Amino acid sequence: MPSARPSQLFRNLNAKIASIPMILTAVVVFLGGTIWTVVYSFTNSKLLPRMRWVGFDQYERLWSTNRWLISIENLMIFGVLVLIFSLVIGFLLAALLDQKIRFEDTFRTIFLYPFALSFIVTGLVWQWLLNPDFGIQSVVRSLGFEGFNFDPLYNADIVIYGILIAALWQGTGLVMCLMLAGLRGIDEDIWKAARVDGIPIWKTYLFIVIPMMRPVFITTLVIITSGIVKVYDLVVAQTGGGPGIASEVPAKYVYDMMFLSQNLGQGFAASTMMLLTVIIVIVPWAYLEFGGKGKRHG
Amino acid sequence: MAEAGLIDHTDAAAGIRSRALEGPRGARPRRVLSRRNIILYGTLFVVAVYYLLPLYVMIVTSLKGMPEIRLGNVFSPPVEITFEPWVKAWATACTGLNCDGLSRGFWNSVRITIPSVVLSIAIASVNGYALANWRFKGANLFFTILIVGAFIPYQVMLYPIVIILREMGIYGTLTGLVLVHSIFGMPILTLLFRNYFTSVPEELFKAARVDGAGFWGIYFKIMLPMSLPIFVVAMILQVTGIWNDFLFGVVYTKPDIYPMTVQLNNIVNSVQGVKEYNVNMAATLLTGLVPLVVYFVSGKLFVRGIAAGAVKG
Repeated sequence: MPSARPSQLFRNLNAKIASIPMILTAVVVFLGGTIWTVVYSFTNSKLLPRMRWVGFDQYERLWSTNRWLISIENLMIFGVLVLIFSLVIGFLLAALLDQKIRFEDTFRTIFLYPFALSFIVTGLVWQWLLNPDFGIQSVVRSLGFEGFNFDPLYNADIVIYGILIAALWQGTGLVMCLMLAGLRGIDEDIWKAARVDGIPIWKTYLFIVIPMMRPVFITTLVIITSGIVKVYDLVVAQTGGGPGIASEVPAKYVYDMMFLSQNLGQGFAASTMMLLTVIIVIVPWAYLEFGGKGKRHG
Repeated sequence: MAEAGLIDHTDAAAGIRSRALEGPRGARPRRVLSRRNIILYGTLFVVAVYYLLPLYVMIVTSLKGMPEIRLGNVFSPPVEITFEPWVKAWATACTGLNCDGLSRGFWNSVRITIPSVVLSIAIASVNGYALANWRFKGANLFFTILIVGAFIPYQVMLYPIVIILREMGIYGTLTGLVLVHSIFGMPILTLLFRNYFTSVPEELFKAARVDGAGFWGIYFKIMLPMSLPIFVVAMILQVTGIWNDFLFGVVYTKPDIYPMTVQLNNIVNSVQGVKEYNVNMAATLLTGLVPLVVYFVSGKLFVRGIAAGAVKG
């Protein structure tokens, strides 16, 4: 051919131009931003980021700060309980809705609507419902149970359970929806075969259906976990981290350090720890999910 | 236990057919008030009441006067219905020095949400289209980074974005926040559009190519008109997501352009003054109203949106 071959760079030029926002987001914000934060977590930045290297100082301080330790403890208790309860409740609700019942759409709409609401709204509603003077506690007491005590938002020992109740109210609908989709993906013949063999229905669920839904469970697990690590608005709205610092969470620690206490280095170190937590959860999942090429999940 | 009776009663709709298949147990007379039905619907009903209760309490509290709230319990319906808390929440509730109510936050949220939804969908749909139909070398690498990035806690990227926005001179402005929403909406929306465009028949695309249509021609004349449903799903996802956002609003804007969620939190959790629970609940309801309306109007599309967002999200 007489004319010079057009450079590789200009092939498919429009598509490349159109992808610039995506490329910038991926490389500059996601990759670059993450690396930047991790690097600066090793500096003693205060009000402004400064490149003065201090090694692991920020991390040592972080792990000897009482507030951070409480945040981590809260996150672990909260995380484990949210995982267990939302998976169990979500699955049970999905199984109930899967019994070919009437008004399925109505029930599903009711169970899912809290998910459309923000964490701020969720937190404020439950703050009101758990108000010891006017809320559930006072109503139960007025019914004659004078000794009834349930004021999680004012009791440092159980405040995290108050947040748990709100979080479950908001989020189980989503889990239910995912589980329902999973249940619908189970072949009808499996049920027929189990019925013919006379296997009790609970055994069919426990030993046949749930193992078959493994991919759905794993995906749900990952979604819930990455949501748990991010939990922030709910705590801010419902308790503001109180009473005292009893309901602090890592995401709030990061925000407060960066934007209220002018202690950027601590914020960077704490957010790097959050990143590490997510990596510990995501990497095994990604390995299971995408490790075997060509495997798809439902 | 309900389960014992569950097997042979599962097929309520196909009663006759399943009765024939039931085998040795034989057909039991099928009554509406069977034990299984009572337990099943009873459980569902109780759970539904639990889920609806907060919404109900919000509504009744917001319609009561303060004296009634102090006397009665949260579940009792209002004796005397008053809309004053709603008016106050909307027009005169105070945050700091400003006493023009939630209306300001509402309009801020509108001014944030609309451009963010439009921009993020525009960018993501074109991205998805390029990834599905015009794949170039390296495209999948960037896409993978994008999807992995969706799992990174926002806190990790908060400050670098502050610096980027400051360098661009739009830190603390609506434009800056719109950009942030477009960035963080990108992974999930790009995935949504890419998967959808991949399912469009290849022949259609090839025929258009033969006819001389280019990148933008095919996008606007073929892909866009063909994929309106997925655009609606993306819109639902974004409107509720951006409206409900709190973190980005509080980090990237200044008090006079705070979105509604941030202002609501400031109104309700302010430490000054007497707590007016009825006004607080009216304000909370007002803030939740937009996503609730979107949810109840969109119905199944909302479910499709979160399913798309959830699976591999």
